[in-house]
Amino acid sequence: MHFHFLDPYHRGDSLLHRADPRVKLVLTLAFIVAVAATPMGTWPVYVLFLALVVAASVASELGVAFAMRRGLIAVPFALAAVPLLITVPGPPLLEVSLGPWPVTVTTTGAGRLLSIVLKSWLSVQAGILLVATTSFPDLLAALRALRLPRLLVAIIGLMWRYLAVLADEAGRLVRARAARSGSLTGRGGRSVVWRGQVTGYMVGNLFVRGYERGERIYAAMLARGYDGEARSLPRPPLSLAQWMMLGLGLALLVGLVVLSYL
Amino acid sequence: MLANALFAPLYMHIPDGFLSLAVSVTLWIVSIILVGIALWQAEKELGSLQVPLMGVLAAVIFAGQMLNFQVAGGTSGHLMGAALATILLGPWSAIVVMTAVVATQALIFQDGGLLALGANIFNMGVVGVAVSYAVYRVVMRLARGQSWGVFVGAAVAAWLSIVVASLACAIQLSLSGTSPANVSIPAMGGIHMLIGLGEALITLGAVAFVYVVRRDLLKPGEARPAGGRAVLVGGLVIAALLAILSPLASAFPDGLEWVAETTQPAFIDLAAEPPYQIIPDYVFPGIPNEALATIVAGIVGVLIVFVVSLALAFTRRARRLTSDV
Repeated sequence: MHFHFLDPYHRGDSLLHRADPRVKLVLTLAFIVAVAATPMGTWPVYVLFLALVVAASVASELGVAFAMRRGLIAVPFALAAVPLLITVPGPPLLEVSLGPWPVTVTTTGAGRLLSIVLKSWLSVQAGILLVATTSFPDLLAALRALRLPRLLVAIIGLMWRYLAVLADEAGRLVRARAARSGSLTGRGGRSVVWRGQVTGYMVGNLFVRGYERGERIYAAMLARGYDGEARSLPRPPLSLAQWMMLGLGLALLVGLVVLSYL
Repeated sequence: MLANALFAPLYMHIPDGFLSLAVSVTLWIVSIILVGIALWQAEKELGSLQVPLMGVLAAVIFAGQMLNFQVAGGTSGHLMGAALATILLGPWSAIVVMTAVVATQALIFQDGGLLALGANIFNMGVVGVAVSYAVYRVVMRLARGQSWGVFVGAAVAAWLSIVVASLACAIQLSLSGTSPANVSIPAMGGIHMLIGLGEALITLGAVAFVYVVRRDLLKPGEARPAGGRAVLVGGLVIAALLAILSPLASAFPDGLEWVAETTQPAFIDLAAEPPYQIIPDYVFPGIPNEALATIVAGIVGVLIVFVVSLALAFTRRARRLTSDV
C-alpha cells in the first residue's frame, strides 16, 4: 500500500498546465481575495466568478465536474454558519418549529448563509485547479518567487518529499495494529482510553523512526556537499505574454469586485 | 457524516469564505510577523543545516494526523500535533513545523482556505504552540524534575491547546459575522473539550513512548530556548484572555457583533467609496433589476466558457497539425 495518491497533481498538457506557475499562483490568490471582497448577496457577480472557474476548468482539460465536485470539501464547515438563518433579522422566509420552540428563518439570514457557502465553494475550486495543474516543485519555485522565506520553503519542500515515505510508515503501523486486533465486528477492542494510548504509542514510534530517518537523510545530504542551500536553475523572467496574462487576469478580477459594489 | 464533520480536526481548518476580509488580513499580518520571529529564532538555534530534520519532523506530524482510533458511533479521534511538536522540538521549531503542516494542508489538500491560512496558522501554529509551551513549562516547574511532570504536562498542554485554539477560531468566526458568538463559542468550545481528550490521550502516549525509548529527544521542550520566556508569557496571556473573553463574548454576543458591524461596513465603505462616486444608485450597471442582472450575468458567463472552449479547441487542432507535420 503506497500513498502516491496523496499527490493532487494531474499530469497533463493543457493550456492551464503549461501556464507559468508564478502567474497561476498569483491569479489564484487574487481570485480568492476578490471573492472574499465581494459583498454578501451579489448573485450576478458570483455567477460571473463561477463562469471564470468553469472556464479555467475547461482550459485545464480535467473536466468541468472535477473541480466542482471536489470543491464540496468545505461544505461541512457551513454548519458553523447555519445559525445565521435564524439570528439575522430580516423579512421572514418560513416558520419552523424546533421541538417546542418556533423559529423564524429570515431571507436575509438565508441569503447570507448561501453567500458564504457559494464563496467558499468558488475559492476551493480555484485552489483545486491550481494544485491539479501545477507540480509541487513548480509550486515551491513560485512560492519562492513570491519571496516566501527560504527556510520555510525548504522545510515545506523536504516535508513533501518525505510525506509519502512517512505516510507509508504510518500505514504499516496501522496494518500491524489491525493484524493484532482480532475482535468481533462492531466492537473495537478494549476501552477508548486504551485505544487512545495505543494510538499515542504509534505516533511516538512514528516520531522516533522519523527522527532517526531525518538524521540519516541529513548525514547523506552532508556527504553529498549540502551546505544549507538547495541550488536549482533560476526560472526565466516572465515573458511579455505571461505578463499580459497576469495583468488581464488581475484587471478582470478587480473589474468584478468593482462591479459587485455598483 | 455529520458527526464526522463535527469531530474531525478539519473543523478547525477554516475554509475560505467564512472569514471576513478584515479579519483574514489582520491575522495574516499577525501570523507573518510571529512566524518570521519563529523562523529567525529556529534558524539561530538549529542552524539552517538542520532543515532536513525539520522537514522530516513536519512530515511526521502530518502523517501522525492519519493515525486514528475508534471512539464511538463511527467517529474517530486523531491528532492536531501542536502540543506534541512543542514538547519534542521546542516552541520556535514547533511554530515553524506547524506552519509548514497547516500551509501544505491548505495549499495541496484544501484543508482550510488560502486567505484564511493566516488565521489557521495563528490558531493551530501560534496559539496551539504558545499555550502548550506555557502549560508544559509551568507543570514541569511544579513537578520539580520528577517524571510525572512530563506526562501530566503533556496531557494538559494537549487538551488546553485544542480548546484554546478552538475558542480563537470561534471568536474569529463571530468577528467575521459568520456565526453568532452565543452559538459558536459554546458549540466550538464544548466540542473541542471532547476532541481535546483524544489529543491528550495520543500526546500522552506518544510522549510516554519517546520517554521510554529515547529520552534524549525530550530535551528540546525542557530546555529554555532564547526568547522562551516571551512564548511562555504569551501563551499564558492568550489562554487567560480567551478563557475570560469567550464566556463574556457568548454571554453578551452583542459586543462582538457590534465590533463586527462597526469594523466591517467601515472596511467595505473604504473599499467601495470610489465606485460609488463614479456611478451612483444602480443595482447592476445598466440593469435596475437584480433577478434580471443575475440572468444577464449567467448569459455572459456561458459566453465566457464558450469562448474559452472554442479557443481551446483551436489550439488543440493547431497542436495536432504541427505534431502531424
